[in-house]
Amino acid sequence: MKKNLPSWFWAVAMLVLLLGFNLFFTPGFFGLHVRDGRIYGSLVDVLNRAAPVALLSLGMTLVIAARGVDLSVGAIMAVAGTVAACLITRPKDTPFAGIDLHGSVLGIVLFSLAVAAVCGLFNGMLVSFFELQPIVATLLLMVAGRGIAQLFSGGQIVTFENPAFANLGKGALLGLPIPIWIAASGFGFFTLLCRGTALGLFVEATGSNPTAARYAGVNAGRILLTVYVLSAVCAGVAGLIGTADIQAADANQAGLYLELDAILAVAVGGTSLMGGRFSLIGSVIGALLMQTLTTTILTRGISTEVTLVVKAAIVVAVCLLQSPIFRQWSRGMFVRARA
Amino acid sequence: MVAWNVCEGTRMNLRERLPILITATAAIALFVAAGLHFDHFFSLRVFVSLFGDKAFMGVAAVGLTFVILTGGIDLSVGSLVGCSSIMAASLIQNGHFHPLVALSLPLLFGLFVGWVQGILVAKFQLPSFLVTLAGLFFCRGMGFRISQEAISIHHPYFDSLTEFAIHLPGHANVNLPPIVFLIVVVIGAFVAKQTPFGRAIYAVGGNAASARLMGLPVQRTLVMAYMVSGFCAALGGGLFALYTSAGNASAGTGLELDAIAAVVIGGTLLSGGFGSVFGTLLGVCILGIVNSAITFQGTLSSWWTKIVIGVLLLAFMLVQKGIERAAKRRVHG
Repeated sequence: MKKNLPSWFWAVAMLVLLLGFNLFFTPGFFGLHVRDGRIYGSLVDVLNRAAPVALLSLGMTLVIAARGVDLSVGAIMAVAGTVAACLITRPKDTPFAGIDLHGSVLGIVLFSLAVAAVCGLFNGMLVSFFELQPIVATLLLMVAGRGIAQLFSGGQIVTFENPAFANLGKGALLGLPIPIWIAASGFGFFTLLCRGTALGLFVEATGSNPTAARYAGVNAGRILLTVYVLSAVCAGVAGLIGTADIQAADANQAGLYLELDAILAVAVGGTSLMGGRFSLIGSVIGALLMQTLTTTILTRGISTEVTLVVKAAIVVAVCLLQSPIFRQWSRGMFVRARA
Repeated sequence: MVAWNVCEGTRMNLRERLPILITATAAIALFVAAGLHFDHFFSLRVFVSLFGDKAFMGVAAVGLTFVILTGGIDLSVGSLVGCSSIMAASLIQNGHFHPLVALSLPLLFGLFVGWVQGILVAKFQLPSFLVTLAGLFFCRGMGFRISQEAISIHHPYFDSLTEFAIHLPGHANVNLPPIVFLIVVVIGAFVAKQTPFGRAIYAVGGNAASARLMGLPVQRTLVMAYMVSGFCAALGGGLFALYTSAGNASAGTGLELDAIAAVVIGGTLLSGGFGSVFGTLLGVCILGIVNSAITFQGTLSSWWTKIVIGVLLLAFMLVQKGIERAAKRRVHG
């Protein structure tokens, strides 16, 4: 096996394989048609549905690169979505009755993202100052976050009418759905942030050896805070997209299990789960792979629950292929078989 | 009480016992506070129902304790509960198996899932949360593959199992699930503290490298820990089927979080090597008391349970951290 394959090689290979399968066996998978100035087709659908997970996986990439994991992103999605919905409807007996943003979409978005950022700050504080393990530190908000979201909404599913806000999830720009543009600009922003500034380097340093990073003058605590806040804000944006799409906020169901999808996307995308090395483009490809898989299974009329089993199999397969021990072991098997 | 004696056998010093003492104090304080606040809370009936409602989660938490003691995590327990409950129900209703056979076959499935996860973690050194995350998806998918709908179980022998109860004074009936839970706790505590396998678990969790140098079978110990967890989760699924007289593929959604919370509140360190099965029993008790108290209160909505559990979890972790730091300071003078 050659050494210099990019880390996201296996994800791309799997994606190409899936697309190739669809090219031959799913008629019309690559078909695109324009209606009312919007492009429709399975490919656009895949991109559109992959957008929230892609956003989550961007933030998750940095967290995992810094030797952490953020389990709370699904719950933060629910929190951000609920806050936005409550800011629009302002139900009585909730803290939101007194906040009047005059229906300004920008105000609603910024306010909800600020709440998400506070959640991220909480995670980051626990990890950096209290030195709690990331799994447990973020488990807290994963458990309590949905409770807090229900506290905001009074346990109801908050439905709202606000066409301007709904555009975030349902609207289109230049023929493509807005979530795709949001995810794409998120990717651009993260790439600039990591490769245009020193942040990416600091994250890698913190992740590969926190002690060495500290001796080298990297403020590891501040880096950790930053990555958890970034991850939470990504989750907030994904939550807003989800809420805007269905014009309702369901604190129980919004973003349920998406933290798992995001972690899987990052793992499949070639980011080292031991921290250090990371690949943003790999994570995005991972998210696309997950969604292509789901869409393929749906369009082939296979029952949806199989998706979960196949996802599990793919993740294990890709991780095994990346594992040096498995490579050594399988090479040993191969050599023995030939001898 | 047996478990307590087992703990004493290892002559832990006060610092090592402090987390479990704090948990025990908190459990008693919570129970007393709830008892003073609500009428009829101080009854044997409520106390027994604490265990009844939480039995299937508790059994899974005991298995999870072993994995966490090795420094790993098992996120698949919740979906394994759902998968094995629907498997048992389907075997009885559609396969016409005897309930005892139908309740045992999922246990083998649990062992198998644990074995595969253990191999992936121990031999190929994949991160445990990732492997068990895949396990979570796998079991959930398999459960829904068996049946999307819940299957209710009607079988004379199974009914006799669900109706079995030891009658205690004060209208307290102890059914099979809490009895099985307590048996599992006692066996778990014994295995963890008194067998070579249990001691190897602590050694591997404390420091895998030195455990290997000591000549302990690190890989085999890890694989067995995941098998114990899989077995216990599948047993939890059986208890769920007994508790509800039905199998449901979506049973145990989010149960892994409650189970992790119970283990952590019980004083087991997530970094491995330190903790006890008895602590997990206390953690399950605390979760049960919080649940019951919020139900008793009536006006508080169910989401308060999540928030309270979150706050408790935070408090316990900070206390543990504080103890750890104090210990470090003492060592470094």
